[in-house]
Amino acid sequence: MTVDLSAADVVTKLEVVLPASVIESSGNMIVVNDKFLFLVASFLKTAPGLDFNYLNYITAVDYQIYIEVIYNFVSLEHNHGLIVKTRLTDRDKPELPSLVSLWKGADLQEREIYDLYGISFTGHPNLKRIFLWEGFQGYPLRKDYKQ
Amino acid sequence: MALKTETFMVNAGPQHPSTHGVFRMRFTLDGEVIQDVEPVFGYLHRGIEKMTEGLTYTQDIVFTDRLDYLASMTNNQAYVIAVEKLAGIQVPERAEYLRVIMAELMRISSHLMAVGFLLNDLGAFLTPLLYMYREREKILDLFDMVCGQRLTYNYMRIGGVSQDIPEEFLPALKKYIYSLPGFIAEYDQLLATNEILLVRTKNVGILTKESAINYSTAGPVLRGSGVKWDIRKADPYSVYDRFQFEIPTGVKGDVYDRYRVRIEEMIQSINIIKQAIAQLPQGEIQTKVTRMLRPPKGETYGHIEGPKGELGFYLVSDGSTNPYRLHIRPPSLINLTPLREMLIGVKIADAMAIFGSIDICVGEIDR
Repeated sequence: MTVDLSAADVVTKLEVVLPASVIESSGNMIVVNDKFLFLVASFLKTAPGLDFNYLNYITAVDYQIYIEVIYNFVSLEHNHGLIVKTRLTDRDKPELPSLVSLWKGADLQEREIYDLYGISFTGHPNLKRIFLWEGFQGYPLRKDYKQ
Repeated sequence: MALKTETFMVNAGPQHPSTHGVFRMRFTLDGEVIQDVEPVFGYLHRGIEKMTEGLTYTQDIVFTDRLDYLASMTNNQAYVIAVEKLAGIQVPERAEYLRVIMAELMRISSHLMAVGFLLNDLGAFLTPLLYMYREREKILDLFDMVCGQRLTYNYMRIGGVSQDIPEEFLPALKKYIYSLPGFIAEYDQLLATNEILLVRTKNVGILTKESAINYSTAGPVLRGSGVKWDIRKADPYSVYDRFQFEIPTGVKGDVYDRYRVRIEEMIQSINIIKQAIAQLPQGEIQTKVTRMLRPPKGETYGHIEGPKGELGFYLVSDGSTNPYRLHIRPPSLINLTPLREMLIGVKIADAMAIFGSIDICVGEIDR
């Protein structure tokens, strides 16, 4: 993005409304507590000066001790972007709030992560497997997946 | 006595001429009007993201060819840009210009196909499409000249391009790009003045500006809805900041606007290629990069403006020769998110026009 948005500025704004929601930050990336994800996301979408109106992509990485879910929010108006990460340590029943009610673009991407990582997005209107068939065992993109 | 009616289900695909590959839609119809539609994905799922974890960074380039197989060059480019960003590799200037020329040719080729298939879906069966194929064929000949391949190029490499252009390439390219505007104008005039085409495309499948943004659409779909957003301008990569070009946008966000945006973008691509030929420097085409590349630990996101929208690669390195994780931001999949909203309430005959105007490639959706 042409305008570099510093994560520190965003953290200062977040600390005022949602104290203790940010775990760490660096560059243009913040890591938030998964309990606060939805609140942080709605704040980022509407806060004046931030206006993240565009959800660019969602992805996940399995670091074995935790599964990290990565969101990239972009403001088409201000031409700046921010990466928001959240970490899930529960491998048996990982859960996150769905962001479809804020950005409808999250719909198919959340389904993809549900399909390949087994993370349930609560509040998703149509959460089912997208590429693999219902009844498929396991989540292939996890590092402990055995064929 | 009231007539007893009930809705019924119609299945389109996975093998269907209008679904552009193995993609399936399940329509619930009330007479001719669509009440609900459920897209079904996964018929071409090859697990590319998982496979790349088992191969080296260099070997993974060939997988990107097989994502959106109508735009392999730009897929190569997005991937190598991400790896170069991760490993901090500089690319020689000549290679950057060659990449731009190839990427813009690829954009023209992909848009030719998009417009051709849209007309095919509208009922102009095969004739306009074959004219588009004729023009695309010349681009494939140019690629063949450069790298010996017509569909899966593997041309862009980490740190440059695989080989320099042969002597006969530039004259052939110049001849082609000077003849193309005439063809596009003639073609556009035949179609954009055709009353049937206008009735079938104007005010059909409207995607408002707000919806287009909220649904995370990108590329011609987003621009067709009037949003001036192009990664080549918003976050210039390669040498795009050295060229003059416009971002065409639509007004209403209907099928016609998306068609119009693609036609205009081809003209802009021709302008970029002309400038790139004029500025093309001499010199190296490849930085020396070890084949067993080990980027430092970390992660990055590299993105470009592909023909179908923002194509990005999210790469995580653990310091070994293989990527720890490679995620592809697929414009074709994300552009399909608003499909349901656009189709509900329209007649089934328009569904194919709307679907065709999004321009998808199943290889990229399912991956």
